[in-house]
Amino acid sequence: MIPRKAMLIDITMCVGCNSCQDACKVQNHLREGKEETLSATAYTALEEHDGVFVRRMCRHCEEPTCASVCPVGAFSKMPEGPVLYDETKCIGCRYCMQACPFQVPRYEWTSVKPRVQKCRFCYERIKEGRPTACSEACPTGATKFGNRDDLLREAYERIKADPDKYVNRVYGEVEVGGTSILYLTSVPFEKLGFHTEFSRTPLPELTWNALEKIPSVVSVGSVLLYGIYWITSRREEVERAEGKGRASRNGRSRPNHS
Amino acid sequence: MRDITSKLTFWTCTAGLLLAAGAYSTFVRFTGGLGAATHLSDKFPWGLWIGFDVLCGVGLAAGGFTLCCIVYIFNIKRFEPIIRPTVLTAFMGYLLVIVALMFDLGRPWAIWHAIIMWNPHSVMFEVAWCVMLYTTVLSLEFAPVVLERFKLTRTVQLMKKLSIPIVILGVLLSTLHQSSLGSLYLIVPYKLYALWYTPYLPLFFYVSAIAVGCAMVIFESFLSGRAFNRSIEMSLLSQIGKVAAVLLAVLLTMRFMDAYNRKIFGILFVPRTETYLYWMEIGVGILIPLLLLSFRKIRMSERGLFLSAVMIILGFVLDRLNIAVTGMQASAGVSYFPSWMEISVTMAIVTAGFVVFSLAARYLPLFEHEAVEQTGALPAQEAWAEDLNLVSQPYAAERITQ
Repeated sequence: MIPRKAMLIDITMCVGCNSCQDACKVQNHLREGKEETLSATAYTALEEHDGVFVRRMCRHCEEPTCASVCPVGAFSKMPEGPVLYDETKCIGCRYCMQACPFQVPRYEWTSVKPRVQKCRFCYERIKEGRPTACSEACPTGATKFGNRDDLLREAYERIKADPDKYVNRVYGEVEVGGTSILYLTSVPFEKLGFHTEFSRTPLPELTWNALEKIPSVVSVGSVLLYGIYWITSRREEVERAEGKGRASRNGRSRPNHS
Repeated sequence: MRDITSKLTFWTCTAGLLLAAGAYSTFVRFTGGLGAATHLSDKFPWGLWIGFDVLCGVGLAAGGFTLCCIVYIFNIKRFEPIIRPTVLTAFMGYLLVIVALMFDLGRPWAIWHAIIMWNPHSVMFEVAWCVMLYTTVLSLEFAPVVLERFKLTRTVQLMKKLSIPIVILGVLLSTLHQSSLGSLYLIVPYKLYALWYTPYLPLFFYVSAIAVGCAMVIFESFLSGRAFNRSIEMSLLSQIGKVAAVLLAVLLTMRFMDAYNRKIFGILFVPRTETYLYWMEIGVGILIPLLLLSFRKIRMSERGLFLSAVMIILGFVLDRLNIAVTGMQASAGVSYFPSWMEISVTMAIVTAGFVVFSLAARYLPLFEHEAVEQTGALPAQEAWAEDLNLVSQPYAAERITQ
């Protein structure tokens, strides 16, 4: 069993140097230049909230919504943790963007052959046993790469060691079923643009509740519809036959087939 | 006579202008990408083309399966005279959806991927299959009209034998498709505004689609009656109006029970855009037409019935746009209003639909098929032949079949 990889982002340690984005752009051959929000050319970005820097990026959900909504299965969850996009399958419906609870996937709007763009969790590096480019570049250790289980334990140890400083919550542990990116903060999450109302239920379950009813709708529906048709047409047949019967009793010698 | 020609020129010019504007926008869309032609963005990836063309196109096609079910399954044959125009409208609705998808999909040439790359966990996958299969069913349901026109009698008879399985398939696919468009939004509980987000979205989409299907049957019968100088089957239509009223009552009850169960009464009167549009949708689309249709006098009057049908349709369109656009704005953090190019593409596709429908009404036995059965002659044939100067030529199709 391959251990799930993750990253722990300790917002209290981030100084906003942008090294993570620089390293990411080099690693993924993206257009250079600082960007303040996620874009088709920025897989990660630092968002400033009153002097506090929050790293935005794909959370690589344990049960990814994007992978569940994609009609052609262009997204897949790797056993190591990354959620990867395959442009050769994509038809461009953008349901992934519509559905992602973290508003992560970005689109190449001005391209005539557009792709969805988002963080790949440096899948090739992880396969080689190396950490992600951004975590390697982080000078303060605000972004730390490791096994998900180990990082979760470490996050709670940090909270325990300094309960007055940290908010007692590791964001990403359970939200929408858990994510590979875990956040620690001293400023309440809701003030940093995090959705604190997310429940533990993975979103794909919501649509599956409806989709799993299809076989019964089809089987019950077809039997029911054919049954109704049989009754109504039989009734018509009977009426016709009775009408004819009456006609022959009235003296007409028409043969009665019923 | 002059009146008619000037009227025709006006409508022809309008249609021409709309199609030309649509052609320009099409050029921009396919040379500059979605960003050049639309106001869509990373935070607002679905706009008018999904909200109107797809959600409403499919919904307004609901008349087709509703009426087919009434006539063939429930065997209520007195509605048969309006079945062909209704099936054609449904077909047009689905063509609107397919053409619009070609614009909206980023990679439209890859649309066939849905056939071989399956993801049964995706509602969009279900939607894709429903579009493909139901368009096929609709073309099979409409095929007899075309075959009859060319007097391919044997094929028509074969199709008649298959009609019940085809109709049942059509009703099932429509049921799945109408509801699945609601299911699309089940995945956004934290994005869609609470006035609209409910686990019952698929059910509401389904019931409202049948109601609007009835309204569409009424609406089209009136329009085609006026355009082609046919008398309107008032008693039939007001019965359909009655069915629509029952469905509206069911829908209204379900929506308020749902609001009660989800405890959203607190936000029903908060002064914000969503609230106004929500009440407009409930008022125009459900409450007022329900009230109007419950009076026998209004139901039996041409004007009252037509007005109610128009209100149901407008309310339906507003409901879908509210879910696709209004309800998603707050969480997106950006406001979206379609660009003129998005609007022009939509209008051009709708215009093309009208053109195709009127051509079909002219050249195909759309309304007159009872006359055909009785006399064996096709009234539409004369118009066709006259227009194309084919009078002197014997009908090729006729010779083949005879």
